[in-house]
Amino acid sequence: MSWDWQVFCQDTITQEVGQSCFGKNGDTTYLDWMLSAWGWTVSVSLLSLLIALILGSLIGTLRTLPDRPWIVRLGNAWVELFRNIPLLVQVFVWYHVIPSIFPALKRVDGFILVVFAIGLFTSARIAEQVRSGIQALPRGQRYAGMAVGFTTFQTYRYVLLPMAFRIIIPPLTSETMNVFKNSSVAFAVSVAELTMFAMQAQEETARGVEVYLAVTALYVFSAFVVNRIMTFIEKRSRVPGMIAASGGGH
Amino acid sequence: MKKHLMVAAISILAAGTAFAQANDTLAKIKSSGAVTFGVRESSGLGYTLGNGKYVGFHTEMGENVLKDIQKQLGLAKMEIKYQPVTSQNRIPLVQNGTVDIECGSTTNNTARQKDAAFAYTTYVEEIRIAVKANSGITGIKDLNGKTLVTTTGTTSVQTLRKNKKADGLSFKEVMGKDHADSFLMLETGRADAFIMDGSILAANISKSKAPAEYKIVGEVLSVEPIACMLRKDDAAFKKAVDDSIARQIKDGSLAKLYDKWFMQPIPPNNVKIGLPLSAATKAAWDAPNDKPMEEYKLPE
Repeated sequence: MSWDWQVFCQDTITQEVGQSCFGKNGDTTYLDWMLSAWGWTVSVSLLSLLIALILGSLIGTLRTLPDRPWIVRLGNAWVELFRNIPLLVQVFVWYHVIPSIFPALKRVDGFILVVFAIGLFTSARIAEQVRSGIQALPRGQRYAGMAVGFTTFQTYRYVLLPMAFRIIIPPLTSETMNVFKNSSVAFAVSVAELTMFAMQAQEETARGVEVYLAVTALYVFSAFVVNRIMTFIEKRSRVPGMIAASGGGH
Repeated sequence: MKKHLMVAAISILAAGTAFAQANDTLAKIKSSGAVTFGVRESSGLGYTLGNGKYVGFHTEMGENVLKDIQKQLGLAKMEIKYQPVTSQNRIPLVQNGTVDIECGSTTNNTARQKDAAFAYTTYVEEIRIAVKANSGITGIKDLNGKTLVTTTGTTSVQTLRKNKKADGLSFKEVMGKDHADSFLMLETGRADAFIMDGSILAANISKSKAPAEYKIVGEVLSVEPIACMLRKDDAAFKKAVDDSIARQIKDGSLAKLYDKWFMQPIPPNNVKIGLPLSAATKAAWDAPNDKPMEEYKLPE
Protein backbone atom coordinates (compact mmCIF):
# COMPACT_ATOMS: atom_id res chain seq x y z
CA MET A 1 0.00 0.00 0.00
CA SER A 2 1.08 3.56 -0.49
CA TRP A 3 1.64 6.09 2.23
CA ASP A 4 0.64 9.69 2.09
CA TRP A 5 2.00 11.49 5.11
CA GLN A 6 1.34 14.84 3.50
CA VAL A 7 -2.20 14.43 4.73
CA PHE A 8 -1.11 16.12 7.96
CA CYS A 9 -0.12 19.26 6.08
CA GLN A 10 -3.56 19.61 4.50
CA ASP A 11 -5.74 22.53 5.45
CA THR A 12 -8.86 21.35 7.23
CA ILE A 13 -11.18 23.55 5.16
CA THR A 14 -9.71 23.59 1.66
CA GLN A 15 -8.00 20.16 1.90
CA GLU A 16 -5.01 21.67 0.11
CA VAL A 17 -1.44 21.00 1.15
CA GLY A 18 0.05 24.28 2.30
CA GLN A 19 3.67 25.40 2.28
CA SER A 20 4.03 24.87 5.97
CA CYS A 21 2.46 22.04 7.85
CA PHE A 22 1.25 24.49 10.46
CA GLY A 23 -1.64 26.73 9.50
CA LYS A 24 -1.32 30.51 9.48
CA ASN A 25 -3.81 33.32 10.08
CA GLY A 26 -6.43 31.19 11.72
CA ASP A 27 -6.24 28.37 9.19
CA THR A 28 -5.64 24.98 10.68
CA THR A 29 -3.98 21.94 9.21
CA TYR A 30 -4.58 18.39 10.32
CA LEU A 31 -1.26 18.54 12.17
CA ASP A 32 -2.42 21.59 14.16
CA TRP A 33 -5.63 19.81 14.88
CA MET A 34 -3.91 16.61 15.99
CA LEU A 35 -1.63 18.51 18.37
CA SER A 36 -4.59 20.32 19.87
CA ALA A 37 -6.36 16.96 20.23
CA TRP A 38 -3.28 15.63 21.97
CA GLY A 39 -3.48 18.58 24.32
CA TRP A 40 -7.05 17.63 25.22
CA THR A 41 -5.99 14.03 25.79
CA VAL A 42 -3.18 15.12 28.10
CA SER A 43 -5.43 17.59 29.96
CA VAL A 44 -8.18 15.03 30.52
CA SER A 45 -5.60 12.49 31.68
CA LEU A 46 -3.67 14.73 34.07
CA LEU A 47 -6.77 16.20 35.70
CA SER A 48 -8.39 12.76 36.06
CA LEU A 49 -5.16 11.45 37.50
CA LEU A 50 -5.07 14.25 40.04
CA ILE A 51 -8.60 13.46 41.22
CA ALA A 52 -7.85 9.74 41.20
CA LEU A 53 -4.68 10.09 43.25
CA ILE A 54 -6.21 12.32 45.89
CA LEU A 55 -9.44 10.36 46.28
CA GLY A 56 -7.79 6.99 45.81
CA SER A 57 -5.19 7.63 48.51
CA LEU A 58 -7.83 8.94 50.88
CA ILE A 59 -10.32 6.12 50.38
CA GLY A 60 -7.60 3.47 50.33
CA THR A 61 -6.23 4.75 53.63
CA LEU A 62 -9.67 4.98 55.23
CA ARG A 63 -10.27 1.36 54.32
CA THR A 64 -7.42 0.26 56.60
CA LEU A 65 -8.43 2.27 59.68
CA PRO A 66 -8.59 0.09 62.80
CA ASP A 67 -11.84 0.05 64.82
CA ARG A 68 -13.84 2.10 62.30
CA PRO A 69 -16.00 -0.56 60.62
CA TRP A 70 -18.47 1.90 59.05
CA ILE A 71 -15.80 4.01 57.43
CA VAL A 72 -14.18 0.83 56.12
CA ARG A 73 -17.51 -0.35 54.70
CA LEU A 74 -18.10 3.01 53.08
CA GLY A 75 -14.69 2.81 51.45
CA ASN A 76 -15.36 -0.72 50.26
CA ALA A 77 -18.70 0.35 48.82
CA TRP A 78 -16.99 3.19 46.94
CA VAL A 79 -14.48 0.82 45.40
CA GLU A 80 -17.05 -1.77 44.40
CA LEU A 81 -19.39 0.85 42.94
CA PHE A 82 -16.82 2.42 40.67
CA ARG A 83 -14.89 -0.61 39.58
CA ASN A 84 -17.89 -2.78 38.75
CA ILE A 85 -19.35 -0.49 36.10
CA PRO A 86 -17.67 -0.21 32.70
CA LEU A 87 -15.95 3.12 32.22
CA LEU A 88 -17.87 4.04 29.07
CA VAL A 89 -21.15 3.43 30.89
CA GLN A 90 -19.99 5.64 33.76
CA VAL A 91 -19.14 8.39 31.30
CA PHE A 92 -22.64 8.22 29.85
CA VAL A 93 -24.19 8.21 33.29
CA TRP A 94 -22.28 11.38 34.14
CA TYR A 95 -23.15 13.02 30.85
CA HIS A 96 -26.73 11.99 30.15
CA VAL A 97 -28.27 10.54 33.31
CA ILE A 98 -27.04 12.67 36.19
CA PRO A 99 -27.81 15.99 34.44
CA SER A 100 -31.38 14.86 33.82
CA ILE A 101 -31.73 14.29 37.57
CA PHE A 102 -29.94 17.51 38.51
CA PRO A 103 -30.75 19.97 35.70
CA ALA A 104 -28.15 22.43 36.97
CA LEU A 105 -25.49 20.07 35.61
CA LYS A 106 -26.87 20.35 32.07
CA ARG A 107 -24.66 23.27 31.19
CA VAL A 108 -21.53 21.72 32.66
CA ASP A 109 -18.98 21.02 29.99
CA GLY A 110 -18.46 17.43 28.84
CA PHE A 111 -14.78 17.90 29.61
CA ILE A 112 -15.38 18.41 33.33
CA LEU A 113 -17.84 15.53 33.54
CA VAL A 114 -15.49 13.12 31.82
CA VAL A 115 -12.61 14.17 34.08
CA PHE A 116 -14.78 13.25 37.05
CA ALA A 117 -15.89 10.00 35.45
CA ILE A 118 -12.35 8.82 34.71
CA GLY A 119 -11.05 10.28 37.98
CA LEU A 120 -13.58 8.44 40.16
CA PHE A 121 -13.28 5.22 38.16
CA THR A 122 -9.51 5.27 38.62
CA SER A 123 -9.77 6.37 42.24
CA ALA A 124 -11.45 3.06 43.05
CA ARG A 125 -8.57 1.17 41.51
CA ILE A 126 -5.94 3.29 43.24
CA ALA A 127 -7.79 2.93 46.55
CA GLU A 128 -7.50 -0.82 46.18
CA GLN A 129 -3.76 -0.53 45.57
CA VAL A 130 -3.23 1.83 48.50
CA ARG A 131 -5.17 -0.52 50.77
CA SER A 132 -3.15 -3.54 49.73
CA GLY A 133 0.06 -1.53 50.04
CA ILE A 134 -0.75 -0.59 53.63
CA GLN A 135 -1.86 -4.11 54.49
CA ALA A 136 1.29 -5.56 52.98
CA LEU A 137 3.33 -3.85 55.69
CA PRO A 138 4.25 -5.97 58.69
CA ARG A 139 1.82 -5.39 61.56
CA GLY A 140 4.77 -4.39 63.72
CA GLN A 141 5.07 -1.07 61.90
CA ARG A 142 1.67 0.10 63.12
CA TYR A 143 2.53 -1.04 66.65
CA ALA A 144 5.86 0.75 66.46
CA GLY A 145 4.01 3.97 65.69
CA MET A 146 1.68 3.46 68.61
CA ALA A 147 4.61 2.56 70.89
CA VAL A 148 6.32 5.90 70.30
CA GLY A 149 3.08 7.66 71.17
CA PHE A 150 1.91 8.69 67.68
CA THR A 151 -1.74 9.34 67.09
CA THR A 152 -3.40 7.28 64.34
CA PHE A 153 -2.94 10.21 61.95
CA GLN A 154 0.73 10.49 62.80
CA THR A 155 1.24 6.73 62.45
CA TYR A 156 -0.13 6.89 58.94
CA ARG A 157 1.65 10.10 58.06
CA TYR A 158 5.13 9.17 59.32
CA VAL A 159 5.23 5.37 59.31
CA LEU A 160 2.68 3.54 57.19
CA LEU A 161 1.96 5.70 54.14
CA PRO A 162 5.58 6.51 53.22
CA MET A 163 6.34 2.80 53.03
CA ALA A 164 3.03 1.78 51.46
CA PHE A 165 3.35 4.31 48.64
CA ARG A 166 6.82 3.09 47.81
CA ILE A 167 5.56 -0.49 47.59
CA ILE A 168 2.72 0.34 45.23
CA ILE A 169 4.65 2.45 42.76
CA PRO A 170 4.78 -0.35 40.13
CA PRO A 171 0.99 -0.94 40.01
CA LEU A 172 0.48 2.81 40.27
CA THR A 173 2.62 3.20 37.15
CA SER A 174 0.30 0.89 35.23
CA GLU A 175 -2.70 2.76 36.56
CA THR A 176 -1.27 6.10 35.48
CA MET A 177 -0.66 4.77 32.01
CA ASN A 178 -4.19 3.36 32.00
CA VAL A 179 -5.58 6.82 32.69
CA PHE A 180 -3.96 8.05 29.48
CA LYS A 181 -5.39 5.18 27.50
CA ASN A 182 -8.80 5.43 29.18
CA SER A 183 -8.98 9.11 28.31
CA SER A 184 -9.94 7.96 24.81
CA VAL A 185 -13.52 7.47 26.03
CA ALA A 186 -13.79 11.25 26.32
CA PHE A 187 -14.65 11.40 22.62
CA ALA A 188 -18.03 9.95 23.54
CA VAL A 189 -19.00 13.18 25.28
CA SER A 190 -17.70 15.57 22.64
CA VAL A 191 -14.22 16.21 23.97
CA ALA A 192 -12.06 16.86 20.93
CA GLU A 193 -9.31 14.47 21.95
CA LEU A 194 -7.14 12.13 19.91
CA THR A 195 -9.66 9.37 19.29
CA MET A 196 -12.23 11.83 18.05
CA PHE A 197 -9.62 13.50 15.88
CA ALA A 198 -8.71 10.12 14.40
CA MET A 199 -12.31 9.27 13.55
CA GLN A 200 -13.01 12.64 12.07
CA ALA A 201 -9.76 13.14 10.18
CA GLN A 202 -9.86 9.70 8.62
CA GLU A 203 -13.37 10.38 7.34
CA GLU A 204 -12.35 13.73 5.86
CA THR A 205 -9.04 12.75 4.33
CA ALA A 206 -9.68 9.08 3.55
CA ARG A 207 -6.15 8.41 4.88
CA GLY A 208 -7.23 6.37 7.87
CA VAL A 209 -4.10 4.29 8.15
CA GLU A 210 -1.75 7.25 8.42
CA VAL A 211 -4.04 9.05 10.84
CA TYR A 212 -4.47 6.06 13.12
CA LEU A 213 -0.75 5.30 13.08
CA ALA A 214 0.08 8.86 14.12
CA VAL A 215 -2.53 8.82 16.87
CA THR A 216 -1.31 5.44 18.10
CA ALA A 217 2.22 6.79 18.25
CA LEU A 218 1.05 9.76 20.35
CA TYR A 219 -0.76 7.49 22.79
CA VAL A 220 2.28 5.23 23.09
CA PHE A 221 4.55 8.23 23.55
CA SER A 222 2.32 9.80 26.24
CA ALA A 223 2.00 6.58 28.19
CA PHE A 224 5.71 5.90 27.87
CA VAL A 225 6.66 9.34 29.21
CA VAL A 226 4.48 8.59 32.23
CA ASN A 227 6.21 5.26 32.62
CA ARG A 228 9.64 6.94 32.61
CA ILE A 229 8.57 9.60 35.12
CA MET A 230 7.19 6.96 37.46
CA THR A 231 10.33 4.84 37.12
CA PHE A 232 12.39 7.91 38.02
CA ILE A 233 10.24 8.53 41.08
CA GLU A 234 10.56 4.88 42.01
CA LYS A 235 14.35 4.99 41.81
CA ARG A 236 14.64 8.25 43.73
CA SER A 237 12.30 7.22 46.50
CA ARG A 238 13.73 3.80 47.09
CA VAL A 239 14.77 3.05 50.65
CA PRO A 240 18.04 1.14 50.42
CA GLY A 241 17.70 -2.44 51.55
CA MET A 242 13.94 -2.24 52.02
CA ILE A 243 12.36 -2.83 48.66
CA ALA A 244 13.54 -5.12 45.87
CA ALA A 245 16.67 -3.48 44.57
CA SER A 246 16.26 -4.27 40.89
CA GLY A 247 13.06 -2.43 40.00
CA GLY A 248 12.38 -0.04 37.16
CA GLY A 249 11.94 -2.50 34.36
CA HIS A 250 8.18 -2.63 34.18
CA MET B 1 -21.59 4.79 11.27
CA LYS B 2 -19.84 3.05 14.08
CA LYS B 3 -16.15 3.59 14.26
CA HIS B 4 -13.70 1.26 15.83
CA LEU B 5 -9.97 1.42 16.16
CA MET B 6 -10.06 -2.34 15.84
CA VAL B 7 -11.41 -2.08 12.35
CA ALA B 8 -8.55 0.19 11.43
CA ALA B 9 -6.11 -2.39 12.69
CA ILE B 10 -7.82 -5.09 10.65
CA SER B 11 -7.78 -2.84 7.64
CA ILE B 12 -4.04 -2.36 8.04
CA LEU B 13 -3.62 -6.12 8.06
CA ALA B 14 -5.96 -6.56 5.14
CA ALA B 15 -4.22 -3.86 3.14
CA GLY B 16 -0.80 -5.21 4.01
CA THR B 17 -1.53 -8.71 2.87
CA ALA B 18 -3.35 -7.74 -0.29
CA PHE B 19 -1.78 -9.13 -3.38
CA ALA B 20 -1.91 -7.73 -6.87
CA GLN B 21 -5.39 -8.15 -8.27
CA ALA B 22 -6.06 -8.73 -11.90
CA ASN B 23 -8.33 -5.80 -12.61
CA ASP B 24 -11.06 -7.72 -14.34
CA THR B 25 -13.92 -8.11 -11.93
CA LEU B 26 -16.32 -9.50 -14.54
CA ALA B 27 -13.92 -12.34 -15.37
CA LYS B 28 -13.40 -12.98 -11.67
CA ILE B 29 -17.16 -13.19 -11.07
CA LYS B 30 -17.60 -15.42 -14.07
CA SER B 31 -14.90 -17.89 -13.08
CA SER B 32 -15.78 -18.03 -9.40
CA GLY B 33 -19.55 -17.80 -9.76
CA ALA B 34 -19.60 -15.47 -6.78
CA VAL B 35 -19.44 -11.77 -6.08
CA THR B 36 -18.64 -10.00 -2.82
CA PHE B 37 -21.03 -7.18 -2.07
CA GLY B 38 -20.04 -4.56 0.51
CA VAL B 39 -23.02 -3.41 2.57
CA ARG B 40 -23.60 -1.21 5.61
CA GLU B 41 -24.97 -2.49 8.90
CA SER B 42 -26.50 0.73 10.13
CA SER B 43 -26.81 3.64 7.80
CA GLY B 44 -29.66 5.53 6.24
CA LEU B 45 -29.33 3.77 2.90
CA GLY B 46 -28.52 0.26 4.02
CA TYR B 47 -28.77 -1.65 7.26
CA THR B 48 -29.06 -5.11 8.70
CA LEU B 49 -32.05 -6.85 10.22
CA GLY B 50 -29.75 -9.33 11.91
CA ASN B 51 -29.05 -12.94 10.92
CA GLY B 52 -27.02 -11.91 7.89
CA LYS B 53 -29.97 -10.14 6.29
CA TYR B 54 -29.14 -6.80 4.71
CA VAL B 55 -31.77 -4.40 3.45
CA GLY B 56 -32.21 -0.76 2.52
CA PHE B 57 -32.53 1.45 -0.52
CA HIS B 58 -28.93 1.18 -1.63
CA THR B 59 -28.53 -2.48 -0.67
CA GLU B 60 -31.48 -3.46 -2.82
CA MET B 61 -30.36 -1.21 -5.65
CA GLY B 62 -26.97 -2.99 -5.56
CA GLU B 63 -28.67 -6.38 -5.63
CA ASN B 64 -30.49 -5.31 -8.80
CA VAL B 65 -27.17 -4.30 -10.33
CA LEU B 66 -25.70 -7.71 -9.49
CA LYS B 67 -28.71 -9.48 -11.01
CA ASP B 68 -28.19 -7.54 -14.23
CA ILE B 69 -24.51 -8.51 -14.22
CA GLN B 70 -25.43 -12.14 -13.72
CA LYS B 71 -27.67 -11.88 -16.77
CA GLN B 72 -24.95 -10.17 -18.78
CA LEU B 73 -22.45 -12.89 -17.91
CA GLY B 74 -24.98 -15.62 -18.66
CA LEU B 75 -24.42 -17.28 -15.31
CA ALA B 76 -27.13 -19.72 -14.28
CA LYS B 77 -26.17 -19.30 -10.66
CA MET B 78 -24.27 -16.51 -8.94
CA GLU B 79 -23.70 -16.35 -5.23
CA ILE B 80 -23.81 -12.91 -3.55
CA LYS B 81 -21.52 -12.84 -0.53
CA TYR B 82 -22.50 -10.01 1.78
CA GLN B 83 -19.59 -8.27 3.45
CA PRO B 84 -20.48 -5.63 6.03
CA VAL B 85 -18.15 -2.64 5.79
CA THR B 86 -17.63 0.45 7.91
CA SER B 87 -16.50 3.97 7.11
CA GLN B 88 -12.96 3.00 8.09
CA ASN B 89 -12.47 -0.18 6.13
CA ARG B 90 -14.60 0.27 3.03
CA ILE B 91 -11.90 1.87 0.87
CA PRO B 92 -9.10 -0.60 1.74
CA LEU B 93 -11.47 -3.53 1.26
CA VAL B 94 -12.48 -2.33 -2.19
CA GLN B 95 -8.86 -1.57 -3.10
CA ASN B 96 -7.51 -4.95 -2.11
CA GLY B 97 -10.25 -6.91 -3.82
CA THR B 98 -12.04 -8.27 -0.74
CA VAL B 99 -15.15 -6.42 -1.85
CA ASP B 100 -16.10 -6.21 -5.53
CA ILE B 101 -18.75 -3.54 -5.22
CA GLU B 102 -19.77 -1.46 -2.22
CA CYS B 103 -23.22 0.13 -2.10
CA GLY B 104 -23.70 1.82 1.25
CA SER B 105 -23.63 5.50 1.97
CA THR B 106 -20.29 6.42 0.45
CA THR B 107 -19.92 9.98 -0.76
CA ASN B 108 -18.21 10.34 -4.11
CA ASN B 109 -15.47 12.97 -3.67
CA THR B 110 -12.18 13.74 -5.34
CA ALA B 111 -10.07 12.50 -2.42
CA ARG B 112 -11.68 9.08 -2.67
CA GLN B 113 -11.52 9.00 -6.45
CA LYS B 114 -7.76 8.64 -6.06
CA ASP B 115 -8.35 5.28 -4.39
CA ALA B 116 -11.52 3.93 -5.95
CA ALA B 117 -13.99 4.37 -8.80
CA PHE B 118 -17.62 5.37 -8.40
CA ALA B 119 -20.70 4.28 -10.33
CA TYR B 120 -23.43 6.72 -11.34
CA THR B 121 -24.77 8.72 -8.45
CA THR B 122 -27.97 7.10 -7.23
CA TYR B 123 -28.80 9.34 -4.30
CA VAL B 124 -27.91 12.92 -3.45
CA GLU B 125 -27.71 13.56 0.24
CA GLU B 126 -28.53 17.03 1.53
CA ILE B 127 -27.00 18.25 4.77
CA ARG B 128 -29.82 19.85 6.74
CA ILE B 129 -30.58 21.39 10.15
CA ALA B 130 -32.90 19.65 12.61
CA VAL B 131 -34.21 21.61 15.60
CA LYS B 132 -36.90 21.40 18.24
CA ALA B 133 -40.09 22.67 16.62
CA ASN B 134 -40.53 25.34 19.30
CA SER B 135 -36.95 26.63 19.16
CA GLY B 136 -37.67 29.49 16.78
CA ILE B 137 -34.68 28.56 14.61
CA THR B 138 -35.55 28.77 10.93
CA GLY B 139 -32.21 28.79 9.17
CA ILE B 140 -28.45 29.33 9.31
CA LYS B 141 -28.84 32.97 10.37
CA ASP B 142 -30.50 31.89 13.63
CA LEU B 143 -27.62 29.63 14.58
CA ASN B 144 -25.39 32.44 15.85
CA GLY B 145 -24.46 31.82 19.48
CA LYS B 146 -26.16 28.43 19.55
CA THR B 147 -24.77 24.99 20.31
CA LEU B 148 -24.75 22.68 17.31
CA VAL B 149 -24.28 18.95 17.38
CA THR B 150 -23.06 16.72 14.61
CA THR B 151 -21.70 13.19 14.56
CA THR B 152 -18.02 12.32 14.79
CA GLY B 153 -16.66 10.77 11.64
CA THR B 154 -19.08 12.37 9.20
CA THR B 155 -18.61 14.95 6.49
CA SER B 156 -21.16 17.25 8.16
CA VAL B 157 -18.42 18.41 10.50
CA GLN B 158 -16.58 19.84 7.51
CA THR B 159 -19.74 21.50 6.25
CA LEU B 160 -20.18 23.15 9.60
CA ARG B 161 -16.61 24.35 9.65
CA LYS B 162 -16.91 25.83 6.15
CA ASN B 163 -20.16 27.62 6.98
CA LYS B 164 -18.70 28.99 10.17
CA LYS B 165 -15.91 30.59 8.24
CA ALA B 166 -17.95 31.73 5.23
CA ASP B 167 -20.85 33.24 7.16
CA GLY B 168 -18.83 34.64 10.04
CA LEU B 169 -21.03 32.84 12.54
CA SER B 170 -19.97 32.00 16.02
CA PHE B 171 -21.43 28.86 17.48
CA LYS B 172 -20.41 26.14 19.84
CA GLU B 173 -19.86 22.79 18.22
CA VAL B 174 -20.27 19.47 19.99
CA MET B 175 -19.92 16.03 18.50
CA GLY B 176 -21.90 12.91 19.29
CA LYS B 177 -20.16 9.58 19.04
CA ASP B 178 -22.92 8.28 16.75
CA HIS B 179 -26.20 9.56 15.35
CA ALA B 180 -28.26 8.21 18.24
CA ASP B 181 -25.99 10.04 20.65
CA SER B 182 -26.16 13.27 18.64
CA PHE B 183 -29.94 13.08 18.56
CA LEU B 184 -30.01 12.50 22.30
CA MET B 185 -28.11 15.77 22.73
CA LEU B 186 -30.77 17.59 20.72
CA GLU B 187 -33.49 15.81 22.68
CA THR B 188 -32.03 16.64 26.09
CA GLY B 189 -31.28 20.23 25.22
CA ARG B 190 -27.50 19.90 25.23
CA ALA B 191 -27.60 21.15 21.65
CA ASP B 192 -29.95 23.55 19.88
CA ALA B 193 -29.59 22.04 16.42
CA PHE B 194 -28.42 18.79 14.86
CA ILE B 195 -26.63 19.19 11.53
CA MET B 196 -26.60 15.99 9.49
CA ASP B 197 -27.65 14.19 6.33
CA GLY B 198 -31.33 14.83 5.68
CA SER B 199 -32.14 11.11 5.52
CA ILE B 200 -30.49 10.45 8.88
CA LEU B 201 -32.29 13.40 10.51
CA ALA B 202 -35.61 12.24 9.11
CA ALA B 203 -35.01 8.67 10.26
CA ASN B 204 -34.02 9.73 13.78
CA ILE B 205 -37.02 12.04 14.08
CA SER B 206 -39.40 9.34 12.84
CA LYS B 207 -38.03 6.93 15.45
CA SER B 208 -38.06 9.41 18.34
CA LYS B 209 -40.53 9.45 21.19
CA ALA B 210 -42.37 12.52 19.93
CA PRO B 211 -41.67 13.11 16.23
CA ALA B 212 -43.92 16.17 16.14
CA GLU B 213 -41.53 18.02 18.48
CA TYR B 214 -38.81 18.20 15.85
CA LYS B 215 -38.48 19.98 12.54
CA ILE B 216 -36.01 20.00 9.68
CA VAL B 217 -35.58 23.65 8.83
CA GLY B 218 -33.67 26.12 6.72
CA GLU B 219 -31.47 25.88 3.72
CA VAL B 220 -29.50 22.92 2.44
CA LEU B 221 -25.97 23.33 3.82
CA SER B 222 -24.28 21.11 1.28
CA VAL B 223 -25.05 18.29 -1.11
CA GLU B 224 -23.18 15.03 -1.42
CA PRO B 225 -23.54 12.54 -4.24
CA ILE B 226 -23.77 8.98 -2.88
CA ALA B 227 -22.74 6.18 -5.20
CA CYS B 228 -21.61 2.58 -5.27
CA MET B 229 -17.85 2.24 -4.99
CA LEU B 230 -15.83 -0.03 -7.28
CA ARG B 231 -12.21 -0.89 -7.84
CA LYS B 232 -10.28 1.60 -9.92
CA ASP B 233 -9.29 0.96 -13.51
CA ASP B 234 -11.87 -1.65 -14.40
CA ALA B 235 -13.82 0.07 -17.16
CA ALA B 236 -15.79 -3.01 -18.21
CA PHE B 237 -17.15 -3.63 -14.72
CA LYS B 238 -17.94 0.04 -14.18
CA LYS B 239 -19.81 0.12 -17.48
CA ALA B 240 -21.84 -2.95 -16.49
CA VAL B 241 -22.78 -1.32 -13.17
CA ASP B 242 -23.56 2.06 -14.76
CA ASP B 243 -25.67 0.41 -17.45
CA SER B 244 -27.70 -1.38 -14.83
CA ILE B 245 -28.24 1.85 -12.88
CA ALA B 246 -29.29 3.67 -16.05
CA ARG B 247 -31.72 0.84 -16.74
CA GLN B 248 -33.16 1.05 -13.22
CA ILE B 249 -33.62 4.80 -13.55
CA LYS B 250 -35.22 4.48 -16.98
CA ASP B 251 -37.77 1.80 -16.20
CA GLY B 252 -38.73 3.40 -12.91
CA SER B 253 -37.50 0.62 -10.64
CA LEU B 254 -35.18 3.00 -8.77
CA ALA B 255 -38.08 5.39 -8.14
CA LYS B 256 -40.10 2.45 -6.89
CA LEU B 257 -37.28 1.46 -4.54
CA TYR B 258 -37.09 5.01 -3.26
CA ASP B 259 -40.79 5.01 -2.52
CA LYS B 260 -40.46 1.67 -0.74
CA TRP B 261 -37.62 2.72 1.55
CA PHE B 262 -38.38 6.40 2.18
CA MET B 263 -42.13 6.84 1.88
CA GLN B 264 -43.55 3.53 3.12
CA PRO B 265 -43.27 1.89 6.55
CA ILE B 266 -40.03 -0.07 6.71
CA PRO B 267 -38.70 -2.86 8.93
CA PRO B 268 -37.85 -3.54 11.68
CA ASN B 269 -40.31 -1.11 13.34
CA ASN B 270 -42.63 -0.37 10.42
CA VAL B 271 -42.11 3.34 10.76
CA LYS B 272 -42.13 5.71 7.80
CA ILE B 273 -39.07 7.89 7.22
CA GLY B 274 -41.15 10.25 5.10
CA LEU B 275 -38.47 12.05 3.13
CA PRO B 276 -39.75 12.95 -0.35
CA LEU B 277 -37.38 12.65 -3.29
CA SER B 278 -35.23 15.79 -3.33
CA ALA B 279 -34.72 17.95 -6.39
CA ALA B 280 -31.00 17.17 -6.25
CA THR B 281 -31.53 13.39 -6.36
CA LYS B 282 -34.05 13.80 -9.15
CA ALA B 283 -31.57 15.87 -11.15
CA ALA B 284 -28.93 13.13 -10.71
CA TRP B 285 -31.37 10.54 -12.04
CA ASP B 286 -32.39 12.73 -14.97
CA ALA B 287 -28.78 13.03 -16.10
CA PRO B 288 -26.82 10.04 -14.80
CA ASN B 289 -23.25 11.02 -13.95
CA ASP B 290 -20.37 10.15 -11.66
CA LYS B 291 -19.34 13.68 -10.74
CA PRO B 292 -17.67 14.05 -7.34
CA MET B 293 -19.07 16.23 -4.57
CA GLU B 294 -16.75 19.10 -5.46
CA GLU B 295 -18.54 19.58 -8.79
CA TYR B 296 -21.97 19.87 -7.22
CA LYS B 297 -23.49 23.27 -6.63
CA LEU B 298 -25.88 24.11 -3.84
CA PRO B 299 -29.44 24.61 -5.06
CA GLU B 300 -30.32 28.31 -5.06
